Amino acid sequence: MTPAARRWLVRAGGVGLLLVAIALPWSVDAYTTSLFARTLVLGLVGVSVALLTGLAGLPTLGQTGPYAAGAYASALVAMHVSSVGVVQVLTGAAAGALFALLTVPLVVYARGVVVLMITLAIGELTVTAAGRWTSVTGGTDGLAGIPAIQPVWGMAPLASDRARYLYTLVVVGVVIAAMVMLLRTPAGLLLRASRDDEARTRASGHRVTGYLAVTFVGAGAVAGIAGSLLITAQQYVSPADFGFDVSALLLLGVVIGGAASIGGAIVGTALVIAVRDWLSGLLPGYAPLLLGGLFVLTAYLFPRGVAGFSTELANLVRSRSRGRTGPGDRPGTGIQGRPSRGEPVGAAPVSSGETR
Amino acid sequence: MTAFATTPLLTAEAVVRRYGSLVAVDRVDLRVADGERHALIGPNGAGKTTLLDLIGGATRVDGGRIRFDGRDITRLGPARRARIGIGRIHQRPAVWPSLTAVENVVVAGWHQAGGFRGVRTRARYRRRLREPAMALLDRVGLAGVASTTAAHLSHGERRQLEIAMALAGRPRLLLLDEPAAGLSGVEVHRLAELLAELPRDVSVLLVEHRLDLVYALADTVTVLHDGRLVTSGEPDEIRNAPAVRRAYAEAVR
Amino acid sequence: MMLQAARVLGPVDPYLIPALDGVAYGLLLFVAASGLVFCFGVANILNLAHGLLYAIGAYLAAALLDGGWGSLLLALGVGTLAAAGAGGLLAGLLAPVARRDHLTQALLTFGVALAGGALLVTAFGPDSLPVRIPAALDRSVEVAGHRYAAYRLVFIGVAALIAVLLWLAVAKTRAGMLVRAAVDDADMVACLGVNPARIRLGVLGAAGALAGAAGVLGAPIIGPAPTTGDTVLLLSLVVVVLGGLGSVQGTLLAALAVGEIQSLGVALAPTAAPFLLFAAMALVLAVRARGLPGRFLRLRPGGST
Repeated sequence: MTPAARRWLVRAGGVGLLLVAIALPWSVDAYTTSLFARTLVLGLVGVSVALLTGLAGLPTLGQTGPYAAGAYASALVAMHVSSVGVVQVLTGAAAGALFALLTVPLVVYARGVVVLMITLAIGELTVTAAGRWTSVTGGTDGLAGIPAIQPVWGMAPLASDRARYLYTLVVVGVVIAAMVMLLRTPAGLLLRASRDDEARTRASGHRVTGYLAVTFVGAGAVAGIAGSLLITAQQYVSPADFGFDVSALLLLGVVIGGAASIGGAIVGTALVIAVRDWLSGLLPGYAPLLLGGLFVLTAYLFPRGVAGFSTELANLVRSRSRGRTGPGDRPGTGIQGRPSRGEPVGAAPVSSGETR
Repeated sequence: MTAFATTPLLTAEAVVRRYGSLVAVDRVDLRVADGERHALIGPNGAGKTTLLDLIGGATRVDGGRIRFDGRDITRLGPARRARIGIGRIHQRPAVWPSLTAVENVVVAGWHQAGGFRGVRTRARYRRRLREPAMALLDRVGLAGVASTTAAHLSHGERRQLEIAMALAGRPRLLLLDEPAAGLSGVEVHRLAELLAELPRDVSVLLVEHRLDLVYALADTVTVLHDGRLVTSGEPDEIRNAPAVRRAYAEAVR
Repeated sequence: MMLQAARVLGPVDPYLIPALDGVAYGLLLFVAASGLVFCFGVANILNLAHGLLYAIGAYLAAALLDGGWGSLLLALGVGTLAAAGAGGLLAGLLAPVARRDHLTQALLTFGVALAGGALLVTAFGPDSLPVRIPAALDRSVEVAGHRYAAYRLVFIGVAALIAVLLWLAVAKTRAGMLVRAAVDDADMVACLGVNPARIRLGVLGAAGALAGAAGVLGAPIIGPAPTTGDTVLLLSLVVVVLGGLGSVQGTLLAALAVGEIQSLGVALAPTAAPFLLFAAMALVLAVRARGLPGRFLRLRPGGST
C-alpha cells in the first residue's frame, strides 16, 4: 500500500467513526447513550495519557489526578456559580492545568518506570484526598444533584441523554482537533525529538525539561476538560470515578491504541471501557477477574512488547516515512524509549535487568 | 608554531579529568585558532575522546580551565556551549530516529533561527528553518532523502546528517569524534571532501584514526599519549617526529 | 515515675499515642514496602501486584487466627509461604515478557493484581474481616499514663527485629552482596553468570515472603478488605519514592515518616493527611530533583547519599 493510500484509509476510517459517533444516540436507548458519553469522556482522558506516554515519553498512571480536579471544580461551579458549559469547561481546564502545575516538579525530572510509580502515587493520593475532604467533595458519598448544563448563555439546559452525549462529542472533537493542530506545528517536532534522544536534544540547546513541563500541564488541562464533561454526562461525581482501576484501564487502552496516536488512544480506551462494561453486564461479580485476564493477555499478545508494537503502528500511520528498510530494524523508541542520560546514544533501551 | 597561533578561539589550560585512579586527561594545554583545522591523534586510550567531551561539556573537568572566544566556559553545560557556538559530532551518529532528515536539521538549528519566535508563522518557519535545513542537506548530499525518517538512513547517511545538524547550529568550532569510523571507502572520500569544503569561519577540532584524512585536512596536529600531550605541530613535523613514533610503538607493544 | 513522665511531656501528651501508632504503622509499611524496593532495585520490575501479596497474608491471618498462639505461628508460616508462592508464580508469569519494556510488565502485574484481588473477594467475601489475635495480646497496657494495645507494642518489637534482620541480610550475607551489586549495576551481576530468571524468582519470592509476613502480622492494623491491596501498594510506592531505592535505611526512614504522617498527621489535622503525603513527596523529590533518574536508581545501599 502506498503512503498516500494508507493516509487516505486512515482518514476515511476517522470520518467513518465520527459519523457512527454522531448517529449513535439515535440507534440505542438512553442508558446506552449515557454510557457512550462516559466512554467518550474517558477517551479524552486517554488522549491526555497518550500525549504523555507516547509523545512525551512519560508513561503515566496518574492522569486521574487532573481529571478529578477538573471534575470537582466543574461540579462546584455548576452547583454554585454557573450552569453554562463554556464556563464549566474552562474551569475544568484551569483546574486540571493547575493540578498539573502543582505536581509537575514531582514528575518532570524522573523518567521511565519511576514516572509510572510517582504518577500512580499522585493519582491514588488524589482519590484519597477527594474521599477525605468531605466539606468540598462530599467525601465518599460524592456530589449529587448537579444541575443540567446549558452549553452557552441563553440556551436551554440539556435535558436528554442524547443532547448531553452530543455536547460531549462536540467538546471532545474540538479539544482533539486543537491538540492535533498543535502537535503538527514544529512544537510537536521538539517533543518527538526529546522523546527520541533526550541527551541529544539537550545538546542542541533545547530545554527538554521545560518542554516536558509544558506538555504535562497541557495534558492536565485536557484531563481537566474531560473531568468537566464527566460532570455533564453523569451529573454526579465520587472518588470511585478516579480509582486505580480507572488509571490502569486508561493506560491499557492507550497501549492497545498505539500509545503515540491520538485517534488510537480514543479508540483503544473506548474499546477497553466497552469490554469492561460488557463484561460486568454479562458476568456480574467476575468482571475484575476477566479484566485482569485481559491485562495479562494483552501483555503476552504483543510480540515485541507493547512499546514495540505501538512504534510499529506509529510507523505505519506516519506515512511520511518512506520505509526503505523494513520497520523491524528501527531502534526501540517506544514508551521506554527515552534513553537515560549518559547512556550511549542510539542504544536500544532494554530493561537493564535483562541485557545478557 | 603555526600561522594561526595568534588568535585563539579555544584554549584549554592544564585540563585534568580523572576516572577513579585513572587520569584520562592529564594537564593538557590546547589552543585552537580561529579558522584552524586541528587534529588530535594518539593510540587508543590516549584521552582524545575524553578531551573532546571536556571541551564539548559532556563531562566536567577535574582541574584546569577552558576558554572559548575569550570567555571562561569551564562551568557551562553542554547546551549552553552548543548555543555559544560549539558543535559536536559523535562517534556513533546521534540523530533523532523518528524524525525525518530535514526535521533533524530543523530541530538542531532551532535556536540559531530564533527559537519559538522564528516559527510564529508558517511562512517564517519555512524561511528561517525549513529552507536553510534543506540547503544544508543539499550541501552534505542528502537532499534526496530529506523526508526519510532517520531510522531508515544508512550509517554513512546518518554521519552526513549529523554534520548537517552540527552546521545548522552555526558553530564556530566543530568537534568531530572519529567521523570516518564505520564508513566505506567511498563514504570516507565524500566525508573528506565535505570537511575540506567547510568555510573557514568554522574551526575544526578532529579526533581521527585515519591518518591520511588527518594529514590531508589538518593545519595542526596534536599527539596525545596516556592522557598527556606529547607534541603539537604542523602535519609534516608530526609525521616524522620520533616522539610520535615512540608513542604509537609503545601502544602496539 | 509514669506520672512524672506524663507531666513532663505536657503539651506533647495527647499526641503520644498517635505517635506510637505511627511507629507501628511505619514499621509495618517498612516490612511491606521493602519487598517492592527489592523488586524494583534488583530485578528492575515495577510490581503492581505487590499489594495483593500483602492481602494474601492478611486474609489468611483472618481465616486462620483463632485467638491462640499456635494459630498465630501457623498463620505466619502459611501466610508467608503462600505469598512467597504467589510471588514465585508472578515471576513465572513475568518470564515470557522479561525482555520487554516496563510498561508491559506493569500491565501484566496490574492484571494479576486485579484478578487476584477478585479471587480473594470471591473466596473471603466483599466485607472487611475481623482478625482475632492471641488472647494474651488482646488487651491494653499502660504507656506513659495511657492505655495502649499490647499487640501493637509487641508488633513494634517484632517488626523492628525483622528490620534489623533484613539489614543484616543485605549488609552481611553473600545474597545481600549480590542484591547490593544488582542495585548498583544490574549488567555487572549478569556478567557474573547469575541467571536472570533465578534472580527474578528469588527476588519476587522474597518480596512475597516479606509482604505475606507483613500481611499476617499487620492484619490487626491494616486489615483484610477488598481495598487492602490498593492501600498497601499506594503507601509502599510513596515509601519507595521517598526513600530512594536500594537503601534499607532510606526505606526505613521513609516508612516511619509515612507512618507518622498517616497517624500523627491525622490526629493533628484530620483532613490534611493525603496532602501531607503529597507535600512530603514534593519536598523529597525537589531536594533530589536534579539528576534524579541517575541518582534515584543508584543510591548506594546503606549509603549516606
